[in-house]
Amino acid sequence: MIVLEKRPQPSKAWSYATPLVAVVATMVFGGLLFAILGKNPVEAIGTIFWEPLFGEFSFYYRPQLLVKGAPLVLIAIGLSLGFRAGIWNIGAEGQYIMGAIFGAGVGLAFYPLDAWYVFPLMVIAGAFGGWIWAMIPAFLKVRFGTNEILVSLMLVYVAEQFLASVSLGLLKNPEGFGFPGSRNLQSYDAAHNAELIAGSGMHWGVVAAFVSVIFAYVLLNRHMLGFHIRLTGEAPRAAKFAGVNPPRLILFCLGVSGALAGLAGMFEVSGPSGVVSIDFNVGYGFTAIIVAFLGRLHPIGILLAGGLMALTYIGGEIAQSQLGLPAAAIQVFQGMLLFFLLAFDLLTNYRIRAARSEVA
Amino acid sequence: MKFTSLLASAAMALGLATGAVAEDKTKVGFVYVGPVGDGGWTYEHDKGRQAVEKHFGDKVETVYVESVPEGPDAERVMTQMALEGADLIFTTSFGYMDPTINVAKKFPNVKFEHATGYKTAPNVSVYSARFYEGRAVQGTIAGRMTKSNIIGYIGSYPIPEVIRGINSAYIHAKKVNPDVQFKIVWAYTWFDPAKEADAAKVLIEQGADVILQHTDSTAPQAAAQEAGNVITFGQASDMSEYAPLPRVSSIIDNWAPYYIARTQAVMDGTWESVNTWHGIKEGMVEIGEISEAVPADVKAEALALKDAIASGEYHPFTGPLNKQDGSPWLAEGEVADDGTLAGMNFYVEGLEGEIPQ
Amino acid sequence: MNLGEINPILLIASLMVAATPLLLAAIGELVVEKAGVLNLGVEGMMIVGAISGFAISVETGSPWLGFVAAAMGGALLSLLFVLLTQFALANQVASGLALTLFGLGLSALLGQSYVGIKPPSMGDIHIPVLSDLPVIGPILFQHDPILYVGIALTAGVWAMLKYTRAGLILRAVGENHDAAHALGYKVVRIRVLALLFGGACAGLGGAYISLIRVPQWTEGMTAGVGWIALALVVFASWKPWRTLLGAYLFGGITVLQLNLQAAGVAIPVEYLAMSPYIITILVLVILSADKSRAPASLGRIFHASH
Repeated sequence: MIVLEKRPQPSKAWSYATPLVAVVATMVFGGLLFAILGKNPVEAIGTIFWEPLFGEFSFYYRPQLLVKGAPLVLIAIGLSLGFRAGIWNIGAEGQYIMGAIFGAGVGLAFYPLDAWYVFPLMVIAGAFGGWIWAMIPAFLKVRFGTNEILVSLMLVYVAEQFLASVSLGLLKNPEGFGFPGSRNLQSYDAAHNAELIAGSGMHWGVVAAFVSVIFAYVLLNRHMLGFHIRLTGEAPRAAKFAGVNPPRLILFCLGVSGALAGLAGMFEVSGPSGVVSIDFNVGYGFTAIIVAFLGRLHPIGILLAGGLMALTYIGGEIAQSQLGLPAAAIQVFQGMLLFFLLAFDLLTNYRIRAARSEVA
Repeated sequence: MKFTSLLASAAMALGLATGAVAEDKTKVGFVYVGPVGDGGWTYEHDKGRQAVEKHFGDKVETVYVESVPEGPDAERVMTQMALEGADLIFTTSFGYMDPTINVAKKFPNVKFEHATGYKTAPNVSVYSARFYEGRAVQGTIAGRMTKSNIIGYIGSYPIPEVIRGINSAYIHAKKVNPDVQFKIVWAYTWFDPAKEADAAKVLIEQGADVILQHTDSTAPQAAAQEAGNVITFGQASDMSEYAPLPRVSSIIDNWAPYYIARTQAVMDGTWESVNTWHGIKEGMVEIGEISEAVPADVKAEALALKDAIASGEYHPFTGPLNKQDGSPWLAEGEVADDGTLAGMNFYVEGLEGEIPQ
Repeated sequence: MNLGEINPILLIASLMVAATPLLLAAIGELVVEKAGVLNLGVEGMMIVGAISGFAISVETGSPWLGFVAAAMGGALLSLLFVLLTQFALANQVASGLALTLFGLGLSALLGQSYVGIKPPSMGDIHIPVLSDLPVIGPILFQHDPILYVGIALTAGVWAMLKYTRAGLILRAVGENHDAAHALGYKVVRIRVLALLFGGACAGLGGAYISLIRVPQWTEGMTAGVGWIALALVVFASWKPWRTLLGAYLFGGITVLQLNLQAAGVAIPVEYLAMSPYIITILVLVILSADKSRAPASLGRIFHASH
């Protein structure tokens, strides 16, 4: 009979080792899956993990890891604050969309004015768009006690319809021959979130992601508000005595996560993507939830988890084109990775012991 | 700048490398917006890819990546294919337009083919199909077959492609049946079979006995079959599993001839940037078998129209035609130019309702 | 515009069909949440149910066997969630999301050879006399059998929660797992059973889409119904009959907006398409005044340390 025994303190050693164990387990079972599909498992796994980092064309893929990972990290950092306090914003996808619409909307309103202040205004508008969208569930929760999980989720669908509407109407490119989608911000210099150093993948969104990691780290470890956030999540009753003001905490956590998601959307639309279109959003808001948990809601962990997710996306695409693996197999592979990471996390907090079964 | 030159030199090196190997293998890449199992748009493109493999055998190697979101992901996948030595890359969604142009700039030696867009470059061609020609044939059958004189139309999003199809079907239904009325429902999704089923049911409940669809699932076919006495047309693929009723005919996207021809051109070194808009004549748009549920005279009429379009003697948008508000669009005998058709954003006279903006 | 073209009888009959996948998935999730577990993987379990049911009914020619397989497929996938959350004590939100990702991928792999096939049809029931009644006949007595299974399940869950000892234990576990454990109830075992039931229901809901409502197999065909089912459970404040009502309301809004479009009502389409979600939010706000709260242990990890 196997029993779990809670560790008095989470094990430091295991908290570093479990991700590695999980990756190895994923390779084993993923390899099995690829073998069943008739592919060479060693080659497939090598392609996914090795090619983007050290392969022949890694000079191109490494910067792409930043481009793909940055929005995930930026959103996940914001979400992690709320998750720690037990405030569940799962509508980051909608806030991401609204940030992009607001940001791009301001930029396009100035078109073709070439002035230094266009881009900063877009940044503010993007953050505002995400913030205001997150304020809806925040306000409803504070005022009426409405469940924020569902309101934020419903607002994703509303934002998607709104996105379709502006792509076909308000923000439609007047020179686009009636096709949906906005002007390309990449060809409007004042609004373009270009790479800071060509070929590096570093655009303002990547900078913002790194800054947000530091900001979150400092907040959680050095600041009273961070202490309140952690306390509320871990011991809600104690938090009350410590003078935590729950409504303020709700407004703060949802507001920050919304603003960061909005920023992510704005940097994406003004940089790598360039266009507001019907299918602009690609699920970063949902993937970021997974990233936040994979990173154990810890800023540094989130940074690493974002990188890992980006790696499986890019490596997965390479495996698709080089080896003819179906996209679904990559999806299953990613799912396995998450399962193992979550499952082995057990070892950090619990000890596994063989014990004789006793009569209770 | 340094990076671009790095990419270019890598491409050049590869270009030389593949140039050396090219005598035995040409590498063709395909970027898909949906899964190859969507049974519609991407499914048909992938059939085109398979046809290329079959036609050229060992002389060609094809690669594809499916479910690639439009935007930076598409740009990365295209770059990756180019880096890995693709000679020709087909990008099969409208939203890939700007990424295709961006990547093409970095790889001047790689040829790109972008579906349904309008931006070309020395190494970027665009291609699309004149589906509205098939809609004209559908409209004729629909107008003849309807007893309630109500025809339901399920649209995805109000974009020129879809609006063109509605206009073409309406003009030709009206021509054979002046009392015909169109009911149009916008699903506001590319893909949601359950919603398509609901839309079809709603149209049938409101009296439609013909359902035309500009969405790819067979959900409307099944709804029509259940209702009975309703006819439908296959979209994108033949959907022959619903023949002879409710599916009486279909519009099939057939990309294979074009893909084979363009691959051949790359092999021969005769590839040039072109703007292709092919229809029934070239075989890019096919009319699926008209089933026995259609009376012989109607079938003959539809086939005659198809032949007239194929031979070029008839254009589905021939005047006199007015816009919805009654203002004149095409004079007697005048034929719509491709520019207006490509960006069509108005209904023709007689259609009810407004195009959502 | 002509509102007279909307036939209210047919509208009600078709909203019942539109609501059924939602209802099936939501009633399963309701039991899961009553036991104190939050499984966000409904969408993943639905899509796996959709392909399992589709594949089996194509292979055997029997839609009934298909539905059985769908329930088993959904339950099997939920077993992964069980392992993660009940035995490895992983976070439920993250595990549920991972389950959806995994399920979507797995179903696409399984379904590769089933694209473009028509499944065997189930057919509607026809009860002499009753089915032919005016108004009531088309609304109540002319549907496929699974629709009635959904309603029966709702009634069954309601009765179970309200009148049986099993229901009492389930609620006790969901309200306070430590106290339930102290009373000698097997918390984990009860939750495992609830999760399996939830998975089976989600699988049925998925198969309803792939076998009856659409019917065909395409990747990702559940298109977000699982997420709406999650919303529905809270919307219904964990009450079975309210879940039924909510499902009909939600299905009704969807069907109604299409009806309004077809009748030519000049409301911007995108706002009509948004309306189900906005109305759900409004109802959530209104219902927040009602103090019937979530099960107190919802989403919390249980570990028997004594």
